[in-house]
Amino acid sequence: MLYIDPHIHMVSRTTDDYQRMALAGCVAITEPAFWAGFDRSSPQGFFDYFRQLTEFEPKRAANYGIQHYTWMCINPKEAEDIGLAREVMSFIPDFLKLPTVLGIGEIGLNKNSKNELIIFEEHVALAAHHEQLILVHTPHLEDKRKGTLLIMDALANNPAIEPGRVLIDHVEEHTVGMVLDRGFWAGMTLYPETKCTPQRAADIIETFGHERIWINSAGDWGPCDPLSVPKTQLEMKRRGHTPETISKISFGNPRNFLSQCSKFNVDG
Amino acid sequence: MPHPDASCPMTYEQAIEAYFMEHRAKLIDVAAFLDRLERTSENKSDDFRMIAFRSALEVLGDGEPDRARRLLELFSDFSTEPIDTAPMKGALGAMPLDPS
Repeated sequence: MLYIDPHIHMVSRTTDDYQRMALAGCVAITEPAFWAGFDRSSPQGFFDYFRQLTEFEPKRAANYGIQHYTWMCINPKEAEDIGLAREVMSFIPDFLKLPTVLGIGEIGLNKNSKNELIIFEEHVALAAHHEQLILVHTPHLEDKRKGTLLIMDALANNPAIEPGRVLIDHVEEHTVGMVLDRGFWAGMTLYPETKCTPQRAADIIETFGHERIWINSAGDWGPCDPLSVPKTQLEMKRRGHTPETISKISFGNPRNFLSQCSKFNVDG
Repeated sequence: MPHPDASCPMTYEQAIEAYFMEHRAKLIDVAAFLDRLERTSENKSDDFRMIAFRSALEVLGDGEPDRARRLLELFSDFSTEPIDTAPMKGALGAMPLDPS
């Protein structure tokens, strides 16, 4: 079955992963800008990273028939330094013009600090000004609930933002309901320990339905599984979900959300 | 809000067959973890993470629904204002006890 992994950090993955994903049915991915596991020492480090996302990775993915799209931002883990963050944000508009850039992401909060929130709000304003889709990272573990609420309030404070053009990612059982209730899209990230397992993702779909929700691996440099989307397809099949429902969660829904950007063009 | 028709397509028996062994093993992992803590050189009972952990075990046995959501909330920060500065990059998994 075909699938889209709408959130995966392929700069941290091997070419073998591209091959395994293609063999498992992956036809497209989107790669948000994120924290590399260490703080970059200058804005130039981000500039080079954005070039990697927009020039190198699309070619690497294309070798395996996978369409590669990306998102631009300075991630919340490096947003505590407001001066650095604003310098990085100053050259994002030029990247937004490129043909594989879908919007602003993954912005959000990490420890729910005041500076993180300031830079999040400035990213939201940037997205509104350039009429971009938004992909939101929500904090980890004990910080997730509070951060998700702060993020949704900040989005609501910007009248130019339409909830249907915002995907709030890394939801779990205690945040998925509030995200969907406020009209946003919700993303479930499939991690072995710190987010959703394929089983829990299937539970959430059974409990909250399959509208405005997608699954992703968010594969990066930490413990994760770049094949977690097809493994969730398999989990849903094992339970007796219909092929239509499985395809909707893993292909149709991400395609519908992402197609709000005219640059995204993936056939079923 | 949860979907009004929320249900798992499996029968009860099918779900037991599919998942019992996996979760039996996870339960024993929890038991072995608690035993391991008792064998450590400084056996303390006041670590904030373990206080939350013990509360979580009570949730598992209370017979009420929405256990996953309630466990996640039990480990969550319920304050509402942004903090002044981020003290670190990572997260601890539970909220430190309020010194007040």
